[in-house]
Amino acid sequence: MPARIVSSRTDAEVALADAYGAAKTRLPGGEAVRHLRDDAFGIFAGAGLPHRRVEAWHYTDLRSLMREALPVAARPNGSSLGAINGELAGRPSFGGGRLVVVDGTFVPSLSDALPEGAGVRSLADVLSEGRPELIDLLAARDFGEGDAVLALNAAMMQDGVVIEIDPGAEIVEPIEIVYATASAQPAASFFRSLVVVGDGAKVRIAESSIGRGGRAGQTFGCLVFKVGDRAEVGHTAAITRSEAGSLRLDSFVADLGARAQFDSFALVDSEGLVRRQLFMRFSGDDAKAQLRGVSLCQGREHVDTTLDVVHRGLGCEGREHFRYILDDAATGVFQGRIRVEKQAQKTDGKMMSRALVLSDEASMHNKPELEIFADDVACGHGATVGSLNADQLFYLRARGLDKRSAESLLLEAFAGELADEVGHEGLVARFRAEIAHWLGERTKAGKGSGGSKG
Amino acid sequence: MLEVRDLIVSIAGNTILDGLNLTVRDGEVAAIMGPNGTGKSTLAYVIAGKEEYEVEGGEILVDGEDILAKSPDERAAAGVFLAFQYPVEIPGVGTMTFLRAALNAQRRARGEDELTTPAFMKRVNEAGAMLEIRKDFMKRALNVGFSGGEKKRMDILQMALLEPSVAILDETDSGLDIDAIRIVSEGVNKLRSAKRSFVLITHYQRLLNYIVPDTVHVMSGGRIVRTGGKELALELEQSGYRDFAPHSAAQPAAE
Repeated sequence: MPARIVSSRTDAEVALADAYGAAKTRLPGGEAVRHLRDDAFGIFAGAGLPHRRVEAWHYTDLRSLMREALPVAARPNGSSLGAINGELAGRPSFGGGRLVVVDGTFVPSLSDALPEGAGVRSLADVLSEGRPELIDLLAARDFGEGDAVLALNAAMMQDGVVIEIDPGAEIVEPIEIVYATASAQPAASFFRSLVVVGDGAKVRIAESSIGRGGRAGQTFGCLVFKVGDRAEVGHTAAITRSEAGSLRLDSFVADLGARAQFDSFALVDSEGLVRRQLFMRFSGDDAKAQLRGVSLCQGREHVDTTLDVVHRGLGCEGREHFRYILDDAATGVFQGRIRVEKQAQKTDGKMMSRALVLSDEASMHNKPELEIFADDVACGHGATVGSLNADQLFYLRARGLDKRSAESLLLEAFAGELADEVGHEGLVARFRAEIAHWLGERTKAGKGSGGSKG
Repeated sequence: MLEVRDLIVSIAGNTILDGLNLTVRDGEVAAIMGPNGTGKSTLAYVIAGKEEYEVEGGEILVDGEDILAKSPDERAAAGVFLAFQYPVEIPGVGTMTFLRAALNAQRRARGEDELTTPAFMKRVNEAGAMLEIRKDFMKRALNVGFSGGEKKRMDILQMALLEPSVAILDETDSGLDIDAIRIVSEGVNKLRSAKRSFVLITHYQRLLNYIVPDTVHVMSGGRIVRTGGKELALELEQSGYRDFAPHSAAQPAAE
């Protein structure tokens, strides 16, 4: 959809323009970066916040859902960092190194050194240093073209981490990126991170969030992966336990080299509005990628997963599998666009979306799209929306499980099955625990279809 | 002991069970035979508490207690066990997780302590060995990727663990080869006890060569129309169910 001139700007759009105007001279980066920011903000200003007439945002009308733009978070101070440090101390670490980003700012003093073969610097440093090849990767210009939210993130990016994995390096344990909220008042943060994985390297990146208070903020995040030839990359994201009223817009970009293997899983169990948009391109030949996700939604949550996958290389294999559990008056959105370019022969693609709707007021919008320009491919997609399987429920109850326990077991299985494929025991255990926590809260709240009778 | 008295059951307005009476004493193995569509599986499901059936009249007593007002899980805790004609696959639910959840749920419902892990493992291993269930099956999701015979064996393993007082086997022989029938039957025979009532629902006499019943009931038109000893099954094998079809003269006159 072409950029539209928006005649009357909303309060949020005006506030974002003011914020950019006030921040642009202080934001990191030299002349080239300033141009990049101005160009990006131009895209945002021209299009405004995306609304339902923008096809990719049809089911998530950000223009009406985002009533206000919160002030940009200040740099974290000593006392707030102390609180974060306390919370981090209680979390088990996997030993692959933990990088902590507080209110959008990378804090080396809270972070670990990375294992041999991996290096990290702050985005601010990389932008100031101005190495053109890294700036180009960070800009990710040919992904999500025209997307106003991605552009806004590029214009406003404060900080983040830039991780480089040496060619051939094997990083055994996950490198964690932990996003923490320190600001006592709800605030906005804009962060962008880049992971450059050298040819033949192996690494796993695990994103998660912590923070006391202030979770009702607005986060505009972006993570860019540049995956070298024959590299094997795992990625997980836990988007969990934010507060009602929060807004989380995450963009994810992955550019895959030849014979690369890429595997990503995300768990969304978060209040407020969450949109994950994933832009992935199979640039080299014979690469394999799996994108999976589970969203657990209740209350008035709105959770949107939008995929834009491009097959350019020959013979690549793509698997996309997303599951939703929707309760109360929650809304789920799954949009998956797979584009197979003319030269991408022998593409093997399968996309699946499954939703369990537990309440009459919950809703699910599914929009799978295949655009195939090559003539020798095997691509398919499926989408189901339904309730729990009555035969399975009866089987479990006939063995003595009461209705709520039987439902919980089936829901846990539905969500846990995809988490189990993550391939790292510690991470699987974390996701399983998060799913069990969500189900436990649901049972405590007395939800589920009635009591033990039925 | 199972007592079914004057049971009338319909689904979507169609009467399936029409005043059925059946008593299975403690320690008794009763076979229920009869043509397709006569309500045998309905009887099994109604005893277990499946929801889509409407019970319009009658009683179902387990050890003297009416279970009709109970939910399926409460009936299980009261001692009812149904071995399904088609055991359900449940992806993502580990077999051991399920077995332990079911056993402990029933124990809790009866006011008993939950089993410790070693005690639970011992019982599962014993039952698994008796039914020749490979250990790696126990690590899979429940019934997922199991053959028909393996699913049936898994159901009988559950029966061994849950120790019901009334066990209903709904066409447990369907889809099984001779070896599987032998293994399943040996499992059932080991579970015969003076305190347990069995209801074997089957089309064919073949199963009754392996599990020899005390009584044989012929069901037709939603009722038990004839009752006899194990020789009745052999007679049916010769004559077929023709004489018991609902439209034939063998149907008792309506009261």
